[in-house]
Amino acid sequence: MRRKTASAAAAGAVLALVLSACGGGGGTPQEPGAKGADAVKQEFNAGLTKVFNPSTKKGGTLKYAHSGNWDSLDPGDTYYGYSFNFGRYYWRTLTTYKPVPGPEGNQVVPDLAEALGVPGDEGKTWTYKLKSGLKFEDGTPITSKDVAYAVARSFDKEVFAHGPSYLNELLDWPKDYKGAIKDKDADIKSAIETPDDQTIVFKLKKPFASFDYIVQMPMTAPVPQAKDTGAKYQEHVISSGPYMFETNEIDKRFTLVRNPNWDPATDPNRPALPDKIEVQLQVNADDLDNRLIAGDIHVDIPGTGMQPAALGKVLPDPALKGRTDNPTIPRLWFISVIPDVAPLNDVHCRRAVQYAADKVSNQTAYGGEFSGGEIATNVMPPGISGQEKFDPYPSAGFKGDVAKAKEELAACGKPDGFETIMSFRADRPREKALAEAMEQSLAKVGIKLTLKGFPASDYFSNYAGNPEYVKKNGIGLAAHGWGSDWPDGYGFLQAIIDSRTIRDAGNYNLSVKNTDVDKLVDQASAELDQTAREKLWVDADKKVMEDASILPVLWAKSLLMRGQGVTNQFYNEGQSMYDYSMLGVQ
Amino acid sequence: MLTYVIRRLIGAVAMLVVVSMVTFAIFFVVPQLAGATPEAFASRYVGRAATPETVQLIAERLGFNDPVVVQYARFAKGIVVGAEYDYGTGVEHCPVPCLGYSFLNQQPVWPDLLDRMPVTFSLALGAAIIWLIAGVSTGVVSALRRGSFFDRLAMGTALAGVSLPIFFTGMVTLVVFSYGLNLTAPGGSWTDFGENPGEWAYNLILPWITLAFLFAATYARLTRAGMLETMGEDYIRTARAKGLREREVVVKHGLRAALTPILTLFGLDFGLLIGGAVLTESTYSLPGLGKYAIDAIANNDLPKVMGVTLLTACFVVLASLIVDLLYAVVDPRVRLS
Amino acid sequence: MSFLELKDLRVHFPTDDGLVRSVDGLSFSLERGKTLGIVGESGSGKSVTSLGILGLHKGGPAKISGEIWLDGEELVSATPEHVRQLRGKKMAMIFQDPLSAMHPFYTVGAQIIEAYRVHHDVSKSVARKHAINMLGRVGIPEPSRRVDDYPHHFSGGMRQRAMIAMALSCDPELLIADEPTTALDVTVQAQILDLMRDLQSEFDSALIIITHDLGVVAELADDILVMYGGKCIEYGNAEDIFYRPEHPYTWGLLGSMPRLDREASERLLPIKGSPPSLINVPSGCSFHPRCPYAERTEGKSVSQVPELTETDGGHLVRCHLPRAERRSLWENDVKPMMETT
Repeated sequence: MRRKTASAAAAGAVLALVLSACGGGGGTPQEPGAKGADAVKQEFNAGLTKVFNPSTKKGGTLKYAHSGNWDSLDPGDTYYGYSFNFGRYYWRTLTTYKPVPGPEGNQVVPDLAEALGVPGDEGKTWTYKLKSGLKFEDGTPITSKDVAYAVARSFDKEVFAHGPSYLNELLDWPKDYKGAIKDKDADIKSAIETPDDQTIVFKLKKPFASFDYIVQMPMTAPVPQAKDTGAKYQEHVISSGPYMFETNEIDKRFTLVRNPNWDPATDPNRPALPDKIEVQLQVNADDLDNRLIAGDIHVDIPGTGMQPAALGKVLPDPALKGRTDNPTIPRLWFISVIPDVAPLNDVHCRRAVQYAADKVSNQTAYGGEFSGGEIATNVMPPGISGQEKFDPYPSAGFKGDVAKAKEELAACGKPDGFETIMSFRADRPREKALAEAMEQSLAKVGIKLTLKGFPASDYFSNYAGNPEYVKKNGIGLAAHGWGSDWPDGYGFLQAIIDSRTIRDAGNYNLSVKNTDVDKLVDQASAELDQTAREKLWVDADKKVMEDASILPVLWAKSLLMRGQGVTNQFYNEGQSMYDYSMLGVQ
Repeated sequence: MLTYVIRRLIGAVAMLVVVSMVTFAIFFVVPQLAGATPEAFASRYVGRAATPETVQLIAERLGFNDPVVVQYARFAKGIVVGAEYDYGTGVEHCPVPCLGYSFLNQQPVWPDLLDRMPVTFSLALGAAIIWLIAGVSTGVVSALRRGSFFDRLAMGTALAGVSLPIFFTGMVTLVVFSYGLNLTAPGGSWTDFGENPGEWAYNLILPWITLAFLFAATYARLTRAGMLETMGEDYIRTARAKGLREREVVVKHGLRAALTPILTLFGLDFGLLIGGAVLTESTYSLPGLGKYAIDAIANNDLPKVMGVTLLTACFVVLASLIVDLLYAVVDPRVRLS
Repeated sequence: MSFLELKDLRVHFPTDDGLVRSVDGLSFSLERGKTLGIVGESGSGKSVTSLGILGLHKGGPAKISGEIWLDGEELVSATPEHVRQLRGKKMAMIFQDPLSAMHPFYTVGAQIIEAYRVHHDVSKSVARKHAINMLGRVGIPEPSRRVDDYPHHFSGGMRQRAMIAMALSCDPELLIADEPTTALDVTVQAQILDLMRDLQSEFDSALIIITHDLGVVAELADDILVMYGGKCIEYGNAEDIFYRPEHPYTWGLLGSMPRLDREASERLLPIKGSPPSLINVPSGCSFHPRCPYAERTEGKSVSQVPELTETDGGHLVRCHLPRAERRSLWENDVKPMMETT
């Protein structure tokens, strides 16, 4: 017995030793001096409104790390925000986001193109003229045909399953077209024309106003047909940007070095500061944060913020917090209030949910303001160009309005409340907490929630994104999240409010089914005047809120940490993370 | 002996078939029972907001429209005779044993496994050497000085070793030794042995020690118990009565007998480890089989999961066969039949 | 001085429950070529004594005092290393149950070779020849083949022969056999005892046979020492012990001797009770709780520890009963009862 106690005590002592070593070493990593002196004062949110640590110094190696992996490095087969952002090291697209901090960052500027697109036929055609002197990494000139080929090959979703389908949908492709790889000699003049090597004309099925945003996506990054190897092209993408692949071990790591055939004179947007860029993949997420804190790596690629473990360490420590930026990103955490499930088919019952929800406890469920986000009162987040903030279901201190909720319940014929099911992703603790918070606040007005968690991997395909499943199982509320592809009304709203996008499975939206909303979407999409267009999107937002089929929870924020010794770092609203193409090392 | 080995190998193949079938079933049959359609499967491998046409194309390309039995047969056929793979602009032959291509990024699985085996093997080998030496010697000393301060300290540490999860100890060691003291390599460092043996060892020393700590703890406790038992055996008294030096008595007579059960455990542990030290590899971001497995599972990437599962199963089966054969060598009382 | 002489040997083990007095003041002597039988129940201290002579308690928890003289050298105060060098060479031991006393993972030959090479700087092949030779001498057929067998390939008797070969491999001058035949069946027992007798005369070594069975020592021993509770309670030559025993415990042992004409389970004079605790040793005579004649001592058996006193030339007894009473009890009560049954 004595012996047992002694060894337990010894074990405790060892543990305490390790823990104290951990606290001592982890909290205050190497002073910046060891990795290159920081001349600039570190300050919380210093990278949100201005360029932090500006510099034009070239050279050095910029080190990136990623806790997961790219869907694909192929510009025709990728659909992650960080991939669009990072890809600009080795590709150029017709347009790109203006590389500046602040609200201007969500505007597009020309990249390969000399100027923004020229609309014709009331927005049914868009014409771009390429700059001269553009070259691939092997020295061959980049022509409009290479851009056309890239778009046409990306049409083939059998080979390139990941990339966005916007151009597949918008352009007027020939019937039964299978993409440039399978239909090599097909005539695609109905969709794309290249009257000369500098000009490319996109022909749309119907007017579409936000086209300049579409062509900043990597489907328009030129691909030389002779070098295209289909699904294997990701192993060696031919660069059109300032850097090219030196090594590429898929799933593990890759390095980029300078592309000698990139002409800075053609590219006012990219300073191309580092000599070399190293990327490490599949890095343990917690370790990644530790390394970022310690200065062992410069940038966390996904740009979605630090892990909970690191947040606990960073936020209480002023020195570490001073190195972070906490932007509101164009992502909405929301709850679908699904009209397919009685009694939520009645708008008053949906509004009762809107009034009853305690937005503060919902925010707490997501980890509070810094790591969760800002309380959302309407659908479109700030940072979307033309966004307006409004609150149709106000309550004191956002704590919910029980009286109003009861009024609405009475109006829908359920004065004593009702029962329904709320789904969430079981492997996301924050969504689980949200569901529990909702259960509590709705209970105050007599709405009884039964909570059901589902695996995240099949959440949209099999459960909450599957209308049949939702109807059959009576899921009235479903936790969701949505981030925009680009920061304008169409980019954010269309996918989650247009009822015509709802399909058999894989839906992010299946609650907004309102013909008035659909009409506004059509109107706004075609409106070429920016001011008028932005107003129409705000109208659509208002209509959805009136319909009460989306309960906005938070406009998400991310906590990003600036790397030790990184220059030119700032948050770009278009990328909704640091602008990678601008970064340099001291 | 030879017939024994052959019989065991046949059993091993049968087991691999069962393992692969179970893995397949977990992947396909269970979700199907829950109502998943081919499109639901395919929607895991397409981009965000993919159109129904895209999902259908992918379901077709990945063969989800076929019955599971047909899909399994195709998979098994690939292993036995190879397969042809269409990457869009051409067709590639995937040689035997073709474990297929990733559903997600279309990379062939078998070369990946070959590429990652040295990482895992290096990790397992180094750690095994450390934990055997540290664990067994600690266990021996603890047993010989039972109840001493050393014994209590060692057994206390061993208790910590088996109770502390590796993702905790791993993270702590990285923060302290790599980022705090700059003594060791940061997470994710890996150099091929052939490229630079010094760097290879430098990069692995921390994972080795952390992993070894976990196992050394078990081995120290096991060795201690074994030694306490064997050192009380009559043949130890005999050895002493012969006038042997105490060191010979302990090592040649005591440890020799105590090592037999440790050998069994070691064989199985090592076999399992070279199939992927999942936690260590993911904590230290080492690109080995374990990390591969965990990433594949996180992505529902069936071909990768199948590949690494079968490989691990092979290692375990082989290891247990080798253990049994070795056992007969080590303990002359054992006869194989 | 005799070849082997023990003077007031005490081996005590401190435990959590108290001090265990396994051997508590034992003295005897033994000459070359002679055989001493040490007899007693298990726990009487006989095995501890033998291990003590070999120095196997050194470095352990045991507290040892007294003197052990072997061929003019005192061993209790000698360094452990020195005693180790004597062990196996000058003094060797044969253990009971050779299956557990031999290492299961090494061949019989290897174990004999090892025993030989510890003390002789010879090559393995020379030692191997010696091992084969030794196996032959202890009567193992085909020794050059069996030398490579493992202990579990041997029968019990063969194993004991191998054990003896191992013990004799360095030609020891003192041989201690601890229950050498206990694990064997009766016919094999006789063979082993014959072998030991032959070998002893051949090697002219001093032999100590430790046993709980008087029948074994009857065949071999010149002198017999009866131990009880860590002490010698009767000592004498074989004649004294078998024909003129004076201690009631010895009578009990004699009575419980298995004989060929009786069933083994049938005991004429069973000793009632169980061996004494070696921690809380009974006061006075440690045998008194089991002694049928204790009340005849007028309470001395409870209050006084009896001395070991000489009753005849070299015949020692530790008993409170007067000598005449002991003799008359044996002659008139005990002996007739044994003979009639």
